[in-house]
This record gives sequence, C-alpha cells and structure tokens, in this order.
Amino acid sequence: MPVAESAITRKTVERATSGQRTKDLLFRLALLFCLFVTVLFLGVLLIDVAIDGVPLISWDFLTSFPSRLNAESSGVRPALIGTLYLMVLCAAFIVPVGIAAAIYLEEYADPNRWYNRIIEVNIQNLASVPSVVYGILGLAFIVRGPIDIWGLGTGDPILLAGALTLGLLVLPVVIIVAREAIRAVPSSIREGSLALGATKWQTIWKQVLPGSIAGITTGVILALSRAIGETAPLILVGAIAFRLSDPDIGSRFSALPIAIFDAAEEPKDEFQILAAGTIVVLLAVLLIMNSVAIYLRNRYETKW
Amino acid sequence: MSGEDQRPKSESVSLTRTRTRRSTGEQVIKGLLAGAALLSVLTTIGIGITLITESSKFFGEVPFADFFFGTDWSPLTGGESTSFGVVPLVWSTLYLTFIALLVAVPLGLGVGIYLAEYASPRIRKTFKPIVEVLAGIPTIVFGYFALAFFTPLLKEQLGIELQVFNGLSAGIILGILVLPTIASVSEDALSAVPQSLREGAFGLGAAKWQVVVRVVFPAALSGVVAALVLGASRAIGETVVILVAGGNNPNLSFDLGIAHQNMAAFVANTARADISAGGVAYATIFAVGATLFVMTLLLNLVAIRFVRRYRQVYE
Repeated sequence: MPVAESAITRKTVERATSGQRTKDLLFRLALLFCLFVTVLFLGVLLIDVAIDGVPLISWDFLTSFPSRLNAESSGVRPALIGTLYLMVLCAAFIVPVGIAAAIYLEEYADPNRWYNRIIEVNIQNLASVPSVVYGILGLAFIVRGPIDIWGLGTGDPILLAGALTLGLLVLPVVIIVAREAIRAVPSSIREGSLALGATKWQTIWKQVLPGSIAGITTGVILALSRAIGETAPLILVGAIAFRLSDPDIGSRFSALPIAIFDAAEEPKDEFQILAAGTIVVLLAVLLIMNSVAIYLRNRYETKW
Repeated sequence: MSGEDQRPKSESVSLTRTRTRRSTGEQVIKGLLAGAALLSVLTTIGIGITLITESSKFFGEVPFADFFFGTDWSPLTGGESTSFGVVPLVWSTLYLTFIALLVAVPLGLGVGIYLAEYASPRIRKTFKPIVEVLAGIPTIVFGYFALAFFTPLLKEQLGIELQVFNGLSAGIILGILVLPTIASVSEDALSAVPQSLREGAFGLGAAKWQVVVRVVFPAALSGVVAALVLGASRAIGETVVILVAGGNNPNLSFDLGIAHQNMAAFVANTARADISAGGVAYATIFAVGATLFVMTLLLNLVAIRFVRRYRQVYE
C-alpha cells in the first residue's frame, strides 16, 4: 500500500509540474532572446563600422587635415588633436574637483543636514540632465557669458570653453564613483590612523586616498570616456568640423564626434565611409582608455 | 607624591580642545573640499539662471499660450509664417521616447532579469561587460548606425516605406541606446532582493519563473520603476541619434515613416546655424531647453525617490 500510494502521488506531482516546466522553459527562452537581440545589435553595429571604417585607417588618415571636396584624402588630424586636448584639460578640471567633492561628502558631510542632502540629490539629478542642456550652459555662461577665462573669453567658442563644459557634464560621474571607492575603505583603517594621533586630513591623505585610488582612477577614466564621446555640448559651444590648422587651448577647435557628425550628414557614400573611419579612431581611443583603466584597477586594487 | 605635584599645570587642562595651527589647517582643508562639492550646486544654479533669464526674453516676445498650446512649429522661417507653437516638437519628442521604450523596456528588463536571476556566474561575467560596452559607445555612433545601416535595412530588406530621415529607425535605435540603462539598474534592483524570499517561495513549491515573476519582481518593483524612469529620461533628452537620423522638423502625426525631431535635436540644430546672440531664434534655444530641462528634472526626481525606496527596504 505505501508503495502504490507514493506512486500515485509522484504521478500527480509530475503531471502538475510538467506544465510549470514548459512555462519555465519558455520564460527562460524569452529572456535569452532579449540577451541575444542585445548582443546582436552590438555585434552588427561594430561589424558594420569595422567593415566600412577599418580599411581607411592609415598614418595618412590620422595625420591629414580634413577636406570637403575629396573624402579620400581627408584626415582626422585636427579632430584627433582636439579630442586629446579636451581629454587632458577635462581631466585637469575633474580630477581635483571631483575627488575633493567626493571626500567632502563621504568624510566630512553630515548626511542629516539639509544642505548636504541638497548637494546629494543635486548631484544625482545632474548626472541625468541631458547633455544638450550642459551645452546651453556652456554657450550662455562660458562662451558668451560672464565667465571670462583668463582674458580669452572674447565670445569666441574656444577649446578651453569646450573642455570646461564637458568637465561640468561628467563631474557627477566622477563624484559618484569616487564616493563609492572611498566608502569601500573600512572604517577600522580610519580609526587606527586617528588612534595613532593622525589628524583627520592626514588620515584621509595617507590612508583613505591610497586605499581608494584604484576605484577613483576607474571613475575618472569612465568619466573621460563619456566626455570625449559627447557631441551635443560641443555643437552648442561651437566646435567646427573643418579646421585646417592644429588647435590650441585658446583657438576654435574640432573633435572626433564633431567630425563624425559632419561626415555622416553628407549623403555621398565616400563621406559615409569617412564617418565610419573616424568612428574607428574614436572607438580605438576609447578602447585604449578603458584598457588602461582595467589594468590600473587590477594592479592597484586593494582587498580589505 | 611630590613628583606628581610638580607636573606642569597646563597638562591638566590639555584635555579641552584648543585651536592650534594644526586644527586651523584642517578647517581650511574642509572648507576647500566643501567648496568643490558646492560647485555642483552652482552648476545647477547656473543652468537655472541661464534658462530663466534667456527664456524670459523669449516670452517677452512670444505669448506664453502661443508657445505651449500652439500647434504650428516653424520658429526659424522668419517673416509672417514664423510660428512658435511647441506642441508638435513636444509630441515628436514623446512619440520617439515611446517607440524607444517599446524596444528598450522588454529587452532591457529581459536582460536584467536574466543576468540577475538565471545566469551562472560565468555567463554573468561574460555578458555584463558586453552590456557595459553597449552603454559606453558614443551616441553619435548610434546615430551613424541608424542612418547608414538601420534605415536602409528597414527600407530595402524589410520593404517598409520610409523617408531617409524618419522616426521609426531613430526611435528603435534610441531604444537600443537606453537599453543598457534599464538593464543594469533593474539588475541591481533584482539582485538586492534577499535570498530568503526566493528560498521561501521555492519551499512552498513554486517553479522558478513563478519565483521570479511573482516574488522577486514585485519585491524589486520600486527599483524597476526607477530603471524605467531613468531610461525614459535619457530617451527624452538624447540629441545626436535624432539629429542624425530623425530629420530636421517635428511632426504632429502618428506616421513613423516621416521626420520626427525632438527638443534636444532642435536645440543643437539651431545652435549650429551660428545665429546671432539676442535674436528670437537664439532665444528659442533657451525656451525649448528650459522645457526639456523641467521635463527631465521631474522624471529624475521621481527616479531618485524610487531608488531610495528600494535601497531603504533591503539594506
């Protein structure tokens, strides 16, 4: 009797669960389909750009000036130099300011004070303000507005103005990632340092910052990758695609995204290919930056 | 005994804090750091001042009601036919966002759920970076892809009737652009649901899909909502994909085969024309920018609130 009973129960259970198993399988397949479509889009995008763009890549392409008449002899020199300038200037701005703000919010600010809460919500909101709005800010405030940068603010859309605009745009990213890195340093480290008589700032400078440097570096590089891929703010602050001399801090400037945008707008095929080639250069710069980030993270990451 | 009496008097009071040079230095440093944090608030104030002062010039010339309720948008034609009804522009913006979410919500949630609930650690380690790569690709690349690859694909391979610049291709690619945002925020939210809830449901005999759909998903709902709102906010504010592939005028129409320009693309396109400061066209940039800023601000505040809620429940 016990044997028969258990057989019946088992059959019933199996009948009941086989329906669930089918549904389980279907659900799983639907999820896998989503992942597949996502990866497919990424793959097709990269392959499409590579097929059109990679054959264009040569030393000449990197070092020639652009040409509106002849797409074949056109190059990305001023755009590439402009992007590298923007990256360096942007880093010089966001590294000190971003890290300082993160230290203040993590180590000094009392989260129960209303003004610190305002700063906090404000940074979260700034992180998702559309980039074109930063462009408007850059246009009205930095290029044409009251901020006269070192006597250069003649109303001309100069490179430094572009770099500052991009810096403001990605500052929230740096602050948010740096805060996470600082928070990951255990409080026992701080307490140990303070107990040995170090001041708060000595503790931060000698213990907390070295302990969080890997995370902070990753955040900075992440932010810079976002900055140099931005197009809309640069359009607003007056970057130009056809610049026929090397830019400097106080001159008008070009940048890779602007060059891509300009070429993509020309309906002729050879300009579409030129756009793809310029995309390859931009993606290569991004790839190098992110490889450096991964290397630094693995090299300096501290496990507590 | 006498030795103790000889201790200098100052030592007995040294427990109370005195302002030394060292602590002054500490205060200065604290002030500098707070100043850096304050810069973010100044940025917001700067955006506010810019948008308010310049838009007020705009509304000095164009009546409020004409802007917000007018259905004819041709701000740059000049002369008699100039009209500042923003409704078509807002419509195209929201319509493109809707198409984008139609693509991004199912795909993004699917990816988020798969990575959080189904993927083995090895699969997660492979596919999470892939989603992050998608998130790191500059938007101009998506714009190029929409114009040079996706529109021709829809037109020639699938036989859909489209203009060169159209809302369908731009909207779908916009969806792919916001997909990683939705995927990663919802994955975070699902992963934050405590294991005990899943185990409890399994213990009651639920199948895996039932656990995910009826227990984990509802438990992570506020985080999932935050993911959707953040995705919507990104789609509303995106510029370049629409600028490159969506065309140069908005359309108060359901037809996706024709051009649909959104607010951000209008701002960029108008600024590019190198118009002189002070004119009405220049002021239009700020009026449209202000409208866009208010829309995304509201969405962001909603998202921040929802994120905070799911963090509070489970941490």
